[in-house]
Amino acid sequence: MEEVQKLKKEDKNRPRKSKQTVERVVIRLAGDSGDGMQLAGLKFTSASVMLGNDVSTFPDYPAEIRAPQGTLAGVSGFQIHFSSTEIYTPGDRLDTLVAMNPAALKVNIVDLKPNGILICDKDSFTPRTLAKAGYASNPLEDNSLHNYRLFSVNITKLNKETVSKIKGMTGKQINLTRNFFALGLISWLYDRPLHTTIKWIKSKFKNRPNIVEANTNTLKAGYYFGETNEFLAIQYSVPKATMEPGLYRYISGTQALALGLATAAHLAKKELFFGAYPITPASDILHELVRLRGYGIKTFQAEDEIAAIGSIIGAAFGGSIGVTGTSGPGLALMSEALGLAVITELPIVLINVQRAGPSTGMPTKPEQSDLLQVLFGRNGESPLPVLAPQSPGDCFDLSIEAVRMAIKYMTPVVLLSDAYLANNIDPWKIPNLDNKSPIEVFHPKKSVESGNDRFTPYTRNEHLSRPYVLPGTKGLEHRIGGLEKEKITGDVSYDPLNHEEMVNLREQKIAGIVKDLPLQEINGPTEGDVLVLSWGSTHGAAHTASENLRKEGLSVANTNLRFINPLPSNLGDILGSFTRILLPEMNKGQLHLIIQARYSVRAKSMTKVQGKPFHVDEIEKEIRKLIAGINHD
Amino acid sequence: MTNEENTLTPSSVLSPKDFDSGFDVRWCPGCGDYAILANLKRVLPTLGIPKEKFVVVSGIGCSSRFPYYLDTYGMHTIHGRAPTIATGLKCSRPDLSVWVVTGDGDGLSIGGNHLMHAIRRNVDIKILLFNNQIYGLTKGQYSPTTKQSKRTKSSPTGSIDYPVNPISWALGAEATFIARTIFQYPDHMQQVLRRAAEHRGVSFVEIYQNCVIFNDGAFRYATDKEMRYDNIFELEHGNPMKFGRDQEKGIFLHGLTPKVINYKQAGFDETDLLHHDENAQESTLAFFLSRMRYPEFPEPIGIFRAIQKPTYNDLLDNQMEEAKQAVTKPLQEIINGEENWTVT
Repeated sequence: MEEVQKLKKEDKNRPRKSKQTVERVVIRLAGDSGDGMQLAGLKFTSASVMLGNDVSTFPDYPAEIRAPQGTLAGVSGFQIHFSSTEIYTPGDRLDTLVAMNPAALKVNIVDLKPNGILICDKDSFTPRTLAKAGYASNPLEDNSLHNYRLFSVNITKLNKETVSKIKGMTGKQINLTRNFFALGLISWLYDRPLHTTIKWIKSKFKNRPNIVEANTNTLKAGYYFGETNEFLAIQYSVPKATMEPGLYRYISGTQALALGLATAAHLAKKELFFGAYPITPASDILHELVRLRGYGIKTFQAEDEIAAIGSIIGAAFGGSIGVTGTSGPGLALMSEALGLAVITELPIVLINVQRAGPSTGMPTKPEQSDLLQVLFGRNGESPLPVLAPQSPGDCFDLSIEAVRMAIKYMTPVVLLSDAYLANNIDPWKIPNLDNKSPIEVFHPKKSVESGNDRFTPYTRNEHLSRPYVLPGTKGLEHRIGGLEKEKITGDVSYDPLNHEEMVNLREQKIAGIVKDLPLQEINGPTEGDVLVLSWGSTHGAAHTASENLRKEGLSVANTNLRFINPLPSNLGDILGSFTRILLPEMNKGQLHLIIQARYSVRAKSMTKVQGKPFHVDEIEKEIRKLIAGINHD
Repeated sequence: MTNEENTLTPSSVLSPKDFDSGFDVRWCPGCGDYAILANLKRVLPTLGIPKEKFVVVSGIGCSSRFPYYLDTYGMHTIHGRAPTIATGLKCSRPDLSVWVVTGDGDGLSIGGNHLMHAIRRNVDIKILLFNNQIYGLTKGQYSPTTKQSKRTKSSPTGSIDYPVNPISWALGAEATFIARTIFQYPDHMQQVLRRAAEHRGVSFVEIYQNCVIFNDGAFRYATDKEMRYDNIFELEHGNPMKFGRDQEKGIFLHGLTPKVINYKQAGFDETDLLHHDENAQESTLAFFLSRMRYPEFPEPIGIFRAIQKPTYNDLLDNQMEEAKQAVTKPLQEIINGEENWTVT
C-alpha cells in the first residue's frame, strides 16, 4: 500500500488523465489455472452489467484438471465483451489483454489487436517461467511486442506489499490475491466501480476478516495504481446500453438448461428424472440439477451412458419426465436406446453438449459436428425432433419446449447445445414463470365404455401420438418393446405392409410437429443478395456480421435455425428470396448437406473446425466475397 | 409418484389365468421357459399385489420374450439393458413391483455391467436369470456360462472361454438376495420366487433352464430322477447340508474347502454337518457354496443369501424428501439468481 500511496502523492501535480468514450470493448484476463482469472473475469462482468452494459463472456479453461504450473497447457482465460449497444458474441479480437505469466502471454497474444493494450505482470517473467513457456528471451524487454501498447507492471510485488502486512496471511494466500490487483487495475482502465466486487468479497469471506481485508485492499490498490501511474494515460468508458426493461441476471448455457428443466417439471407438475453419466462438457448439467432436487428433480448417476438413457426410458415409462445430458461419445453409446424410445414412443429428452470429435477429440472445445449423428445415427428409419438453442438464455426456453414436444408427441427429442454455449455467460432477462403456459400431460384411465375390450396402446390422436398410459393403471395392462408393432394393437408384427405403414406414421408424426413451430424470422431485409443461415450457437457471430455489413449498406440478412427437425415451414420461401445463401457451421458442412438436399438453392458452405466459434470478421469476409461474386456475375 | 385412483384389489381374486396375456407362446416345444412362465404365473397372484402394479422388463434373447406372455405391464427392451430401464422405472415409481427377466447372454455378457451395477446399488427389483449355458435366439453360440470345451456353432473345436459363475458373480456385486432353482422343480421354484418377491432390495435368482435345441441335457445331472439326489442339495436356513437318496451324505468344512462324506456310515451326526445361514452378513459362506459345482460337488439350490440393507430407491427418496424439506424459496427466486439487476 505504501508504494501506491507514494505514487499517488507524486501524482498530485500531474494533469488529470483524459477520458475517452468507446462503444464496445473486448478484454481477456489470462493466467495460470491457479491464478483466479475466471473469478476476476466474473467480477468484472458483474460490475459491467451493473453499469448497464450489454455483456457477453467466454471462459476458456485448460483441458487438464491440474496442468503443471506455468505451462502453456495450464493457461486459463476469461474473455469479456462489454458494450453500449446490443452484442451477440464474446468478441473476436482483444482490445486489452492481461497476462499474468509468460505462458498466458504466449497463448493469447495472437488475439490482441495491433496497438492493443497489453498488461503483463513483470514479476512473473522470470528465467524459469520464460523457459516453461518456451521464450528464448524476455518478450517484455526484447521489443518483440512493439506492435502493442505494453504495460509491464509489478503486479506480484505491488500486491505483496499491499497485503503481506495483514495478519495471518500466508505466502500462498498472498499470491492468491494477485488477481484482484489486476482486476482493480482494469476496473480503473475501463471505469468500472469496485463496490459490487467489494460487496461480494465481504459476503464470500464473511468469516475470514483477513481475507476480506487483503482482497479489498489489493483491489483498491490496483485501481489507484491505474489512476496514478503515469503510463496509463487514458481511461475508457463504455456507456449504458439500451436494453429491454426488466429484471436481468447473467447466465451460462448450462445454468439455463438446468433452470429450464426445473421449470419444465414445474409447468408439467411432474417429477423430472435426470439420469446421466459424467462427460465433459455436459457434467455440469448434472451438478446444477442435483442442487435443484428440492424442486422435483430426481438425479441418477448411471454406470455409463447406455444405463443413463436406459434409466430415463424406464422413468418415462413410469411417468416421470426423463432427461439425460451427454456429449458426442456418450451420444454414440446412447444411439441404440434412442431407437428404442423412438419405437416405443416414449417421451424423453437428450441434451447433447457437442464437443470437437471424432472419438475423444477435444473434450473442452466446441463443435457442431454431431448434427448428422442425431438426425441419422441410428439403425432403421428413426426420426426424432432436433432443437438447437442459439444463446445461453435460449437454452432455458428450448429445454422447456423440448419437454413439451416430447410429451405432446410421445417421442424422444434431442437438444443440441455445444461447449461454447454451455460456458458462454450472457445477461439474461429473467422470465416470469406465471407467463409460461403449462405443459399438458394426459394419462388415460380405463373408461367404462371400453368394457372388456383389450387396451390398444398404439391408437393415435390427432397429433399421431399414442396414449401415455402409466403402469399401475388398472385394466390397461400392456406391453411395449423394440420389436415392430402392429398399428393400433401394438402387438408384435412382422407384416411387411404394417411395417411400412408404421415407418411412415412415425415419420409423419415428427414431420407434423412443424405446425407447432414459430415461423422462421429474418433479421434484415426479406429479400436481397446474401442470407446468412446459421444454426444453434453460430447465431451470435452470424447475426453480428450481418448487422455490421448492413450498416455499410450491403444487402445482407440473417436467420438462425433453432428447430432443425422438422425445419420451419417457411424456410424454403426465405431461402428462395436471396441470391446466395451463406451457411457457416462448426463442422464440415452437415446442415449444408440437409439444406442442399431439401431445397433447390445455391448455399455456400462455410466451415470451421478449430474447436473455436466463428469470429465475426471471418463471416463478414465470406459475405463480402459472395456479394463481390454476385456483382461480378 | 403414485396412482391414487388404483386401490388395492383383493389379491385372493387373482389367479394364474388373470396373468395370461392371451398370446401364443412361441418358445420351442420342450423349452424350459414354459415351466418358468407357469410357475411365475402361479406365484404372482399370491403376493397381494394388484396385477396392474407388476412390470416385467426384459432385454433380448429367448427368455426376454417373457413380458409378452404375462398380462401385466411390460417392456421388451434392448440387449442387456433391462436392468437400466428397471432401475429408472423403480426409482421413478417405487410403488411398482418391477421384475427383470434375463438370460446368461443378455445378463452376463452384453449386459454384465448393468446387472452388476443394479445389484450393487440394491435397487428393489427382482432379477430372474434364465441360465441355459447357450445362446438360443441367435442359434447356438457359446455363452458366458457355457462350460469350457463345449462344442457349439461358434466353437466347433471347443470353447476356450472360462465360464462365469453367476452366483459368485452376484455375490461379488454384493447382492442382498441370491437364490438358485431349476426349471423342473416347480415347488422349489415357486418357493424361491415368492421369497425373491418378498425380499426388499435386489433379488437375484439363477434358474437352470434347458435349451432343448442347442444345449439339451446340460442340466440332466440335476433333473434326472436317478442322478439328481447325488448332484443337488437344497439349502435350508439353519439346517444341515445333506443330500443323497437317503439323505446319507453331508457337507463338511475341511479347511476352507467343502468335503462330502457319507456321514451316517462314518459315524457322524447331523449336528457335525455344515449348517446354512442365509442371513450371514458376510458373504463368505454363500461364496463357499457358490463354488460347489458339478461334477466335483453336489450343487446347492435354494437361497444362498438374504440380508437386509437400505434399498437404492429408498435412499434416493429420502434424499429427495430432505431436499424438498430444505427448500425455502419458490422456483422463481432460484431462477432470479443471487445477483440480478433491473433495467428501466
